[in-house]
Amino acid sequence: MTDFFYSHQPQHYLVLAALLFALGAAGVVLRRNAIIVLLSIELMLNAVNLSFLAFTRFPLVANPPMPGGIQQGHAATFFVIATAAAEAAVGLAIIIAVFRSRLSINVDEFDTLKF
Amino acid sequence: MEAILFYIFAIGVLVAGAQVILRRNPIYGAVSLAGAFFFLAGIYVLLSAHLIAILQIIVYAGAVMVLFVFVIMLLNLKEEELGEQRVTFWKAAGVAAVVATAGVLVWRALGPAYPTDPSQIRDNAVAMSAQGFGGVKAVGKVLYLSSVLPFEITSLLLLVAVVAAVVVAKGKI
Repeated sequence: MTDFFYSHQPQHYLVLAALLFALGAAGVVLRRNAIIVLLSIELMLNAVNLSFLAFTRFPLVANPPMPGGIQQGHAATFFVIATAAAEAAVGLAIIIAVFRSRLSINVDEFDTLKF
Repeated sequence: MEAILFYIFAIGVLVAGAQVILRRNPIYGAVSLAGAFFFLAGIYVLLSAHLIAILQIIVYAGAVMVLFVFVIMLLNLKEEELGEQRVTFWKAAGVAAVVATAGVLVWRALGPAYPTDPSQIRDNAVAMSAQGFGGVKAVGKVLYLSSVLPFEITSLLLLVAVVAAVVVAKGKI
């Protein structure tokens, strides 16, 4: 117990990633503002990035069978960042388009597909 | 030293992240998220991921957050259009309970995964420092040698996203 708080261990980074992911998931579920839902998705993507980087520095097996070696984790994080940028651009464009027709960004009001 | 820095950055990330989902006005959420990204970049440096830390600041805190702030400005929401009641005690308590449960679950699940003796844990920042772990050269080699196809597909994805954003947001071309 005390070891956990006073030493520097890989588990710390993974627990922080889990806390951050839970915060993002709570934001997606709780909030009704579409922009804040997108911000929460960015939080979750960053939590995943953090766990990628933690596992890259502290791998569980000595030689993971990955084509680029263990540094593949950094490449994966790079791709997540690029994909998140694309996601934010398209998501915000959709919010603008929906706001133009419904004059609202409350996700509870986008229920045209609901029976 | 590393542990102290970790706790400073971790508390910063969590406080800024909580602000994102508890604030009513999205502009406060966007600015808090930019702060969370800066603290996360600090944690990435602690993990010896120097290139990713710089990319985090340039791409996330720079480009993506500017996009968010611009859209918030374009929508120009009135106070009544935000349309949500303020944070209640129970909402905040519920978020804290969910987050704490996730943390305890991961801690219990991953606690036994690593060797209990800290010197037994493989640390690539030390083991691979000769190859420049996390630097531009090492990550660039991985990107351009063993993941060329995903790299090129990512460039295509960004092009499609730019075109899609313009088409969707403009309405009539």
